[in-house]
Amino acid sequence: MATETVMGDEAIALGALHAGISSAYAYPGTPSTEIMESFQAWKAAGAAPGSAPGSAGGSLDSLVAQWCSNEKTAYESALGASFAGRRVMVSMKHVGLNVAADPFINSALVKINGGLVVVVADDPGMHSSQDEQDSRVFADFARMPCFEPATQQEAYDMTREAFDFSEEHEVPVLMRITTRLAHSRSIIEARPARAVNPMHKTTDTKGWILMPAMARQRWKGLLAKQEAFRTRSEEAAVLALAGRKLGVIACGLARQYLAENLADFAASAGGMPSVLSINSYPVPVAKIRALAAAVDRILVLEEGYPYVEDQLRGVFGGPVPIAGKRSGELPLDGELSPDLVRKALGLPAREGFAPSALVAPGRPPQFCQGCPHADSYTALKEALSDYPLFSVNSDIGCYTLAALPPWNAIESCVDMGASVGMARGASGAGLSPAVAAIGDSTFYHSGLPNLVDAVSHGTDITLLILDNDTTGMTGAQPTIAPSSRLVPVLEGIGVDPAHIRVLRAHRTEHAANVAAIKEELAHRGPSVVLLVRECIEWMKKARNA
Amino acid sequence: MNYDMILAGVGGQGGISVSIVIAKAAMAEGLRVKQSEVHGMAQRGGEVLAHLRISDSEPASPTIPLGTASLLIAFEPLEALRYLPWLSAKAGSVISAIAPIKNIPNYPDIEAVLSAIRSLPRARLLDADALAREAGNARAANMVLVGAASWLLPLPVERLEAAIGEVFARKGQALVDVNLAAFRKGRDAAR
Ligand code: SF4
Repeated sequence: MATETVMGDEAIALGALHAGISSAYAYPGTPSTEIMESFQAWKAAGAAPGSAPGSAGGSLDSLVAQWCSNEKTAYESALGASFAGRRVMVSMKHVGLNVAADPFINSALVKINGGLVVVVADDPGMHSSQDEQDSRVFADFARMPCFEPATQQEAYDMTREAFDFSEEHEVPVLMRITTRLAHSRSIIEARPARAVNPMHKTTDTKGWILMPAMARQRWKGLLAKQEAFRTRSEEAAVLALAGRKLGVIACGLARQYLAENLADFAASAGGMPSVLSINSYPVPVAKIRALAAAVDRILVLEEGYPYVEDQLRGVFGGPVPIAGKRSGELPLDGELSPDLVRKALGLPAREGFAPSALVAPGRPPQFCQGCPHADSYTALKEALSDYPLFSVNSDIGCYTLAALPPWNAIESCVDMGASVGMARGASGAGLSPAVAAIGDSTFYHSGLPNLVDAVSHGTDITLLILDNDTTGMTGAQPTIAPSSRLVPVLEGIGVDPAHIRVLRAHRTEHAANVAAIKEELAHRGPSVVLLVRECIEWMKKARNA
Repeated sequence: MNYDMILAGVGGQGGISVSIVIAKAAMAEGLRVKQSEVHGMAQRGGEVLAHLRISDSEPASPTIPLGTASLLIAFEPLEALRYLPWLSAKAGSVISAIAPIKNIPNYPDIEAVLSAIRSLPRARLLDADALAREAGNARAANMVLVGAASWLLPLPVERLEAAIGEVFARKGQALVDVNLAAFRKGRDAAR
């Protein structure tokens, strides 16, 4: 009898462990963070759930499970492990794949040796993200096979299969999941673990040197593999022909939302619809044609972009009408739900309690009580109050919450590291003072190269590094380098030591902090103010550990 | 058998322990469970909605369809009102703590909130904080709510108590005892 449930993220980590991985690399990002956290927790405990003692193949002891500076560095480390013949997983959130896009796209061309699985957790509905890009499109762009599990059990099983597939076809596999699978728990059956790969460095380094002459060959080879990738999708897709009136294509998690409504549909329509469940890409065109031949109308259910739907629609129209996101049966934005699927199936809403007459006002997220960022922004706002025109660019992290009342302290938040570059550009365009506010983890992630630009060109910006020694928003993971190393790094890239100020981000230091920030705002040239204090969440976590 | 629950609270309230206790008790009964959690930004003091489904067969969706939940457990009263449409009109019940978390400037009049909950069919309000303090620790308020819910859950009381023992064992016997006492206070209060 099962006594424990595992989260989708954990199921993937467990699948990877039991597939015999030697290494895992990641940068924290909701909803993917718990993959690396699982590896690290199991390693610390010396055991993983659902596995008999020792059944992890002994790989936990030697498992390399590391947070990295960013998704690109994580991805490149993964490539090195594959080159050496070891199985390796790299995980990130959807927007992290943008950062890792360069190694990602090119990794489809190299001759993967040890299996490489890249897990990308999409966040439709933007629970904790700035966009809802669909990583299936990214896999397609790279001409890479993409697996999309629907349940925790499939997440486990397909991860294991993905490693075999990766080695068999010498290509990385992208596992695409979405928030609700990543962060829901269920019981899974684990299987005995496979041993780790012995080290066996690639015997074909030409397959890893992407100079034009070699890359052209590799590209031809990748294009030639597409049919094999498609064959996998065809074989894994399940076509259950039933009624003629409606055919439903359900991709990944959408299959579970459909299942919630099938009994009611059968009762109201006098029978089941025909259903094609898809769990991998490129799309299984033969099975889709078989479905189309057997039904009068097709409804496409997928989370994210109308990726499959658009391929079905084409330009000239097909043999059967298609319903989905393009035709308005389902919304183009937001996450899918059992209720949206119900509506798309033409079923009436179930009768629930009436919404409360007393409407509950929204409760936006906010800084934890006592968060150092609150004190930092209070000081910044006061220091800026003398200036009629300024720009405050911020970044991705808890400190973005300063966009909301009562702070209203930041004016931009675009992508990881953007604050520094935007401040630089704003300064060049004439805005003064040009301020960037970034966390220490995000600074190392991708703020640093922007600061090198500013220093090299002597751009007049004031950079506030909100240094709490952690990645707060994702649950307080350690920053890649300790706080103590920030000053030497800043000095090393050429920031004038006279304009590196280290302040304690606390109310009690408010007056002194305002004065110091004012001085640096007045300085013409790059200056950096470090506002240092521990994250409350991190302290809680340390206490509980 | 399907029994779906909505767990509503404010980020940081630690409602996750409630989901784990009930899920463990259900699994000990040989049932299948599916839990859906919220991680990330909303955990910073925002509205947090978790789903817990128990069934004799594997629940399909990680989230509960509208109009089908049997029980809404709210760790904060305003949050109880936010998620009413998830409850089945025929069979849904509400168990809510009364203590407000006023971290927004436009928090409605608390008496209006509580009377809106009282006017619902099958609703129960508890001073979970006070009962938990009586049990020995205000932080055991969540187990008071599980105790109150124990009359409704399709699970034997002993299973729930055993699950509490298991979940808090790591933190020492004293915390196990406090949480069990809180559970019993909640159960008695909702009798
Ligand atoms: S988690 Fe840390 S950084 Fe984020 S709001 Fe809370 S105290 Fe601040």
